[in-house]
Amino acid sequence: MRAAHVIGRVFCTRQVPQIDGKTLLLIQPLSWDGLKPVGDPLVAVDAVGAGAGEKVFYVAAREAAVAFDDLPAIDAAVMGIIEGHVYR
Amino acid sequence: MFIAKIVGNVWGTRKHGSLVGARLLLAVPVDPASGRPIGEAVMAVDQRMSAGPGDTVLVMDEGNSARQILDDKKAPVRTVICGIVDAIFYQGKAVKF
Repeated sequence: MRAAHVIGRVFCTRQVPQIDGKTLLLIQPLSWDGLKPVGDPLVAVDAVGAGAGEKVFYVAAREAAVAFDDLPAIDAAVMGIIEGHVYR
Repeated sequence: MFIAKIVGNVWGTRKHGSLVGARLLLAVPVDPASGRPIGEAVMAVDQRMSAGPGDTVLVMDEGNSARQILDDKKAPVRTVICGIVDAIFYQGKAVKF
């Protein structure tokens, strides 16, 4: 479960019903060591009401679907907002 | 499962319901013999092990097992601390922590 920086939102007028009604956040994965960008941005479904600019943590693969009640067809979900972290 | 060292923790109030009350620790995978980090740190949930900074731990790295350990079918968690390592016997050597 990795850290990420919310850098934007994604809006699609045509999309599969499975992701209807879900907020799509554009996030840039960060390393836990120093919160440095690592890898390419990806789109994750928001599960906690995170806004642009916030540091969050997200989960990928099946765990993302488990975060929701109806097990939707999604592969990444933001499930927490980082208020602080320590890394020695 | 992999062997890791606790290098930090994360806190935040707005998070998924299944994470309320669980400790979120940062664990970096380490080479068992030398203790050197071998990879990116990941965030792991510690429910009952109460691992502290610097501890060498065993981390479960698969969602279904994690959910069974946390006893919560809805926990969006893949990595869980499932043990605190006391010693490793490896290539004829005993590595104590």
